[in-house]
Amino acid sequence: MAIATETLDLGDLGFDRGAHLLIRRALARLAPGQRLRVHGSHRELALHLAGWCRGRGVALEEAEGALLLGPCAALARTEQSGTPARPAESAPATWGMAARGADVELGAPAYHFPLATKAEVWAEEAGRLYAQAVAGQWDPDSAIDWNAPFELPDEVEDAVVQVMTYLVENENAALLVPARFLGQLHPHFREVMQCLAITVADEARHVEVFSRRIALRGRKPGLSSVGGQASLKTLFDTADFSVSSLLLAVLGEGSFVNLLNFLNLYAPDPVTRQICRLAARDEARHVAFGMSHLAWHMAEDPSLRHRLETAVEARYDALADTDGLNEEVFDALILLAAGAFDPAAIATGYQRVQDLVREMSDGRRARLMKLGFSLPEAQAMAERHTRNFM
Amino acid sequence: MSEKLTMGAVAYASKVVTIWEGFKGYFAANGLDFDYVLYSNYERQVEAQFAGEVQLAWNSPLAWLRAERMAAARGVSDQVKAIAMRDADQDLTSVILVRADSGIRSVADLAGKRIGVGAIDSPQATLIPLQWLREQGVDTASLQIVRNEVLAGKHGDHIGGERDAARALAAGEVDAACIIDGNHLLFTKEGTLPPGRVEVLARTAPYDHCNFTTSPGAPAALIDRFVTLLLGMSYDDPQVRPLLDLEGLRAWRPGRVSGYPLLDRAVTASGFYDAAGAVKADGYRY
Repeated sequence: MAIATETLDLGDLGFDRGAHLLIRRALARLAPGQRLRVHGSHRELALHLAGWCRGRGVALEEAEGALLLGPCAALARTEQSGTPARPAESAPATWGMAARGADVELGAPAYHFPLATKAEVWAEEAGRLYAQAVAGQWDPDSAIDWNAPFELPDEVEDAVVQVMTYLVENENAALLVPARFLGQLHPHFREVMQCLAITVADEARHVEVFSRRIALRGRKPGLSSVGGQASLKTLFDTADFSVSSLLLAVLGEGSFVNLLNFLNLYAPDPVTRQICRLAARDEARHVAFGMSHLAWHMAEDPSLRHRLETAVEARYDALADTDGLNEEVFDALILLAAGAFDPAAIATGYQRVQDLVREMSDGRRARLMKLGFSLPEAQAMAERHTRNFM
Repeated sequence: MSEKLTMGAVAYASKVVTIWEGFKGYFAANGLDFDYVLYSNYERQVEAQFAGEVQLAWNSPLAWLRAERMAAARGVSDQVKAIAMRDADQDLTSVILVRADSGIRSVADLAGKRIGVGAIDSPQATLIPLQWLREQGVDTASLQIVRNEVLAGKHGDHIGGERDAARALAAGEVDAACIIDGNHLLFTKEGTLPPGRVEVLARTAPYDHCNFTTSPGAPAALIDRFVTLLLGMSYDDPQVRPLLDLEGLRAWRPGRVSGYPLLDRAVTASGFYDAAGAVKADGYRY
């Protein structure tokens, strides 16, 4: 009985110009047991077809001027890497870099992604927050009027520069902490990966604008204190993604939203006010991501609640012997909020900074209660947050 | 008597270690105690087969022919067998290339011309194409043979010699070049052969390439087990597939010797080995 064949006419198309594409397509459409008869006028068609078939386990017969292909060797088996719309509960190491929902060939190399379960990384709001972040990106060159006219007394400019110096070092930490987790996260959890990536981009921009403000009037950065760096190092050294989300996003960046709003209100020049207003908007999204992630993870793993409490306690103990916020920053904030050097103005400035500190603590407590901590628990955790704010 | 099966392989590239370590693990997982010994060249490997160092060897086609001749001379042809090969080892061809504007239209026009070949011991880029030309009536003594000696002793397992021959052709340093069929498309795609400027003058008859060759006195039961496990390797098995990809095959086939006569005639005509398998090729250093 003759074997059924399909016919493919390549015309003068050769392997040097893409003939393999039509051949592969035709082979994929063969019924089981069928063979493919290939016609073509390219001089090297038979030669190239021989090498191509040999490398793919496709039988080739050259008989009476005809080129007959098939049957084909087994293809690699595949498995689907979850569904495009929803991530799987756990992403195997061998799904690696594959797009979510792709057919992944079995036998792919195993990547080391320590963060690979939905329970420990997911945030229901991640997709929405990422889209919001993309829409909310701003260009420092055009979004800020760097040439806006202002004149400040030297001591006030110094105070602005000191606050900006403090902001740069905190934003360096806020950039590097998510960047480290980004490198540990299985890309299967695409929306979380994207959120972390755009957070890193946000912080890169913040580092830029705060640095530009320092240099705007020809100054160099001010003081970086041991206490501030010690506080940031405890954040940097936190190895747990959810603990880091609590300490950095919910408590730290949440407090920074208050600080940036404060500066938007009291900073003495229009450039600083613009910078802080835009940065506060980004930071609010980072807080929202941390909240969304912790709400998810705490629901998945009730024991996380205790670990979070313990982590706040441990960080408090670790920082007990440090200064926390450096005096220069604290005094600079008072001066900015005072607006002048007379005693009444300084008293007002001092009160405004006290109000800021209380506002920050209230905000932390409210967010912790929203995550399900009781009032006494939330109060204790909010108060034990680092005096460095971040 | 040891129950271990020891195989020889030639270290023609660093990936050889990865390949045979992988196979060792596969055989161990399937109850066959297997080990391998690496040699720097095929001549030493074949000699080791007859010295009892290894019970089996992964041989080039030229190494197979030497083993076959040595076995015949020692009266042990019944023990020295080609037991398995890759699907990709079967029905290869070589091509002879010329520049499109060379005026060379047939193999007869090659008389007196410079012809770039591979290493002295390359079956596909030297011995087979030259023999095929002899059989087409070309007086190969009239040819100016330009050898591209890359890794002699490794029987052409290195692509470099063929690429050098193709480059020399494109540069006008030779009038013709010999390469294996599969490299024609590769060299075209990578730009070594400029599109439209080089043509295939002729293509040899098909021949076969490597095989697993048993040594005299190889333990039959272990060899049977080896072949059974080998032929059972499936490309759709994710554990096995990387090994097959590294070794460049989709499936193992039972060994056959019907694809070696052309090379065998080349060996005789060129005097590469004598009838007893002694190395006689002039200028062959390995």
